[in-house]
Amino acid sequence: MTKQRANWSPYDNNGGSCVAIAGADYCVIAADTRMSTGYNILSREYSKITKLADKCLMASSGFQADVKALQKHLAARHLIYQHQHNKQMSCPAMGQLLSNTLYYKRFFPYYSFNVLGGLDSEGKGCVYTYDAVGSYERVGYSSQGSGSTLIMPFLDNQLKSPSPLLLPAQDAVTPLSETEAVDLVKTVFASATERDIYTGDKLEIVVVNAEGIRREYMDLRKD
Amino acid sequence: MSKGMVDVPPRGGFSFDLCRRNDMLTQKGAKAPSYRKTGTTIVGLIFQDGVILGADTRATEGPIVCDKNCEKIHYMAPNIYCCGAGTAADTEAVTDMVSSQLQLHRYHTGRESRVVTALTLLKRHLFNYQGYVQAALVLGGVDVTGPHLHTIYPHGSTDTLPFATMGSGSLAAMSVFESKYKEGLTKDEGIKLVTEAICAGIFNDLGSGSNVDVCLITKGHKEYLRNHMLPNPRTYVSEKSYAFPKKIEVLLTKITPLKEKVEIIESSDAMEE
Repeated sequence: MTKQRANWSPYDNNGGSCVAIAGADYCVIAADTRMSTGYNILSREYSKITKLADKCLMASSGFQADVKALQKHLAARHLIYQHQHNKQMSCPAMGQLLSNTLYYKRFFPYYSFNVLGGLDSEGKGCVYTYDAVGSYERVGYSSQGSGSTLIMPFLDNQLKSPSPLLLPAQDAVTPLSETEAVDLVKTVFASATERDIYTGDKLEIVVVNAEGIRREYMDLRKD
Repeated sequence: MSKGMVDVPPRGGFSFDLCRRNDMLTQKGAKAPSYRKTGTTIVGLIFQDGVILGADTRATEGPIVCDKNCEKIHYMAPNIYCCGAGTAADTEAVTDMVSSQLQLHRYHTGRESRVVTALTLLKRHLFNYQGYVQAALVLGGVDVTGPHLHTIYPHGSTDTLPFATMGSGSLAAMSVFESKYKEGLTKDEGIKLVTEAICAGIFNDLGSGSNVDVCLITKGHKEYLRNHMLPNPRTYVSEKSYAFPKKIEVLLTKITPLKEKVEIIESSDAMEE
């Protein structure tokens, strides 16, 4: 007698891909704007990027209902922090908060695959990458979502330092300039769109640097 | 090898020998391999002078596009073409097989093939395999009896229709046909409508995409318009070309010469006739 399984799942996957790249004095966070379910498109203009603090943004792909709930939770916690400490949360602090929030629901997780991007307290770019239950790491670049398997190897090839066995381990940030990093992100998404059915429509690119936050859009294939 | 029994040759039809093993493996947690489906939009319609078939060109393996420009309109006979949706290997194999059978039949009868012949050969084969051959087809052509358009389902049932759509994008394409189809369309109107229906599938269905293929068949004439429309060019090409530096690090070099294993005997007879 086979074990009976649930006919209903509380989760759905709305697809999409996110990328973040950290530079010496900037951070690029990008995500496509397509929200889908199964073989259907729900929206061609749904933003997956949200501002959590002054110089800290989060891009999340996965189940957007859980993502929305997570964003609201973090925004509320940030407000409380501002009241208690009279300052904005730094990116590393927000990184830790996000990890703890995700692990809190270890046994009924947020189906949300996140990359956190922003500037740390010294003004250097910082990127944190997460899994669904809160395991996180500070890295120089990362991608999550349905296209991540297509994007990550290319970013590794272009940005990763050669094996640390030969050279001393390099700093987490990439030596690319801001325009080069944005160009890389556009190329990477155009390529991922060709081969991943859940990625496409439009690309939203957000650049954080000392001057502030800048938003840019680019068209992607709509098929 | 057998214990005195005569080896009986397989009788045709599906062999279920490995099904128990596959079940046992899935229970133990092994994942069954996925097959390449054409997650497709295919259409056909009858117009004034004959039949027009249309298809998109995307082939998918799960969520990944494995072929951005594949051909889904298959040749059956000089006057008959067939669009295929479902498992790519199945549609390819079944249309090739029936196409060969039709050619042999043409030699045997000395006549042009009829669409109903192709239809019967296909549906008999698919029914025989009880739906395991996952091919959903739109068959169209013009023969002595006139223009014909049929849909064939994986289990072997068929429909005869003035306009038809199949595949994951069939609902998107059918919405266009139901709104705009009328009898007695001209050639240009027909091609335009087919293209619109396929585009609806391409943009609204994630299983369909890339380009539009069209095939027009009339009495004594056919036009295979491969990539009739390309509405999805690549959106961004960087001016700076990307270099892929050699990043293979040599960690250790150790050379082990192979021992001499062959003795060479010098002989004047060697290699002489």
